[in-house]
Amino acid sequence: MSSFSRRKLITTAVAATAGVSGLAAAARIAERYGLIPPDHGGIYGPGKVLTYASHRLLTRDTFAREFPRSQISRRPVANGEVPDDEDFKRLQSGAFADWRLAVDGMVARPESFSLAQLWSYPSRSQITQLICEEGWSFIAEWIGVPLSHVLNVAGILPQARYVVSFSVQRDWVDSIDMADALHPQTLLTYGMNGSDLPVGHGGPLRLRVPRQLGYKSVKYINRLTVTDSLKQFSPGGSYAWYAGI
Amino acid sequence: MADAASVRSFASAVSKTTSLPRHPAIVRITHWITTGCFLALLVSGAEIVISHPRFYWGETGNFFTPALFKLPIPASRSSVPTGYGFVLPDQNGWSRDLHFEAAWIIVFTGLLYTISGVVTRHFRRQLLPADVDLNWAALSRVLADHMRIRRPGAAEAGSYNVLQRVTYLFVIFVLFPLMIWTGFAMSPAVVSAFPGIVTVLGGHQSARTIHFFASVFLVMFLVGHIVMVCRAGFKNRTLAMLTGRVAATPKEGP
Repeated sequence: MSSFSRRKLITTAVAATAGVSGLAAAARIAERYGLIPPDHGGIYGPGKVLTYASHRLLTRDTFAREFPRSQISRRPVANGEVPDDEDFKRLQSGAFADWRLAVDGMVARPESFSLAQLWSYPSRSQITQLICEEGWSFIAEWIGVPLSHVLNVAGILPQARYVVSFSVQRDWVDSIDMADALHPQTLLTYGMNGSDLPVGHGGPLRLRVPRQLGYKSVKYINRLTVTDSLKQFSPGGSYAWYAGI
Repeated sequence: MADAASVRSFASAVSKTTSLPRHPAIVRITHWITTGCFLALLVSGAEIVISHPRFYWGETGNFFTPALFKLPIPASRSSVPTGYGFVLPDQNGWSRDLHFEAAWIIVFTGLLYTISGVVTRHFRRQLLPADVDLNWAALSRVLADHMRIRRPGAAEAGSYNVLQRVTYLFVIFVLFPLMIWTGFAMSPAVVSAFPGIVTVLGGHQSARTIHFFASVFLVMFLVGHIVMVCRAGFKNRTLAMLTGRVAATPKEGP
C-alpha cells in the first residue's frame, strides 16, 4: 500500500511538473508569435488570451464583411458627445484646414500630416457594419486612406508592435496591434456615404477597424504613436483591449 | 447550501444504509462547473443587455430603426429611449470580461462532457429514450405527472424518465450549441473568417435576438430543473449530484 501511494505521489508530481512546464513553454511560444494581448493579467486574463490567440490564428488573412450599397443604413448613429473645447471649435470654423495628424514613435521619419496631404494619398472605400459593444449597429460607406499607407510613408521600424491613437477627446486613447494596423480594411477615414465625415461621426478624421467593435474606431484622431510596448498607455482602460470579441 | 460536515455525515449515512450509484464523477464535475459558468453568463449577459434593451431582426438595428421588441426595463445608457427618467450604472467593462471568460470555460467543459458522454456511452444508456417510452401513452403519462408536479417514485431514483431525457438532450444538443453559435455570429472577427454563420441567420441583429431567446429558454429550463429537484427531494438529489450516490429507498415520495 505504501509503495503504491509513493508511486502515485511520484507520478502525480511528474505529471504536475510536466503540466506546468508545458504551460510555460506554450506561453513563451504564444508570446513569440504575438498571441498574448497586452491586458493578459488578472482573473480575466486567461479568457482574453484564449480569445486573442484564437482570433489571431483564425483571422490572419480574413476581411470584415462588406455590404451592397442598398444595405447602407438610412440614418447612421452618431453616438457620444461632439468635442466642445475652443481649440476644436476654432479648427471646425476653419473647415479643419489646420487639422494635423502627427505620426511619431518607432518610425524612421516622424511627420505631421495635413488633411490635404491625406486626401492626396490613394483613397479606399468600404461598406461595413459598425457594431457597438452596447448591442446596436449600422452600415455605412467609409472613405479614407489605408492606415498602412500613412505608416509606410513614415517608415515603421522593425520592432514596432502597436499603433496608439490619440484623440481630441483626451480620455479616448486606444491602440491596435500591427496585424490590424496593416490590414487593408483599416482606414483613416475622412469621408462617409459619399461626403465629408460628419463631426458627429468623428470628423474630420476617424480610424476604422471593421474587424473589431466600434470603441476601437477612435474619433477625432490627431496623433498616432508607433510603439513596442503599451505599458505607458494603460491598454484598454476598463474595456477589453482586443474587441474582435 | 449544505456544509462539508453535513455532506460527509449524509454520505456516510447513505453508504451505511443501501445506496445506489447515480451520477458518474465526470457528470458531477461538469455539472457544477457548468452551473457556475451559466450563472456568471446570466448575470453578465443581463448586465450587457441593459445597455441596449431593444432587439431587432436582420443585419442592423439601432435607436433610429424600429425594434422587433423592447424589454420594459431601464437602460444603463442615456442614449436609449426607455421611458424611465433615470439611467442605471454602466457595468459593461467587467461584465464583458466575465461573460467571455465564463464562455471559454463552459465551452471546454461542454466538450469534455460531450466526448466523455460518447466514450462512456453515458448518452446512449442514460439519455437516449428507450423505444418503449417513445409512444404517446407513456409520454403523456409522464407529462401529466410533471404538470401536476407529482413526486417521482422510487423507480426514478436510479435513472432519468423519458421527459427528463428528451429535455436534457434538447438543452445539451440544441440550446447550448445554439448559444455558442449565435455568440460567435456576433463577433466581427470570427465572422470575417466564417461569414456563413451569421448570413444564414439573417444578419448580426438576428444572431443577437436568437442569442437572447435561447438564453430565455435556458433560464426556463433552470427554473423547471430546480422545481423538479425540490419536488424529488432537494437534499437527496443535490447530494446525489455531489457524492454520486443516492439513497435506495428515499424517505420522501410515495
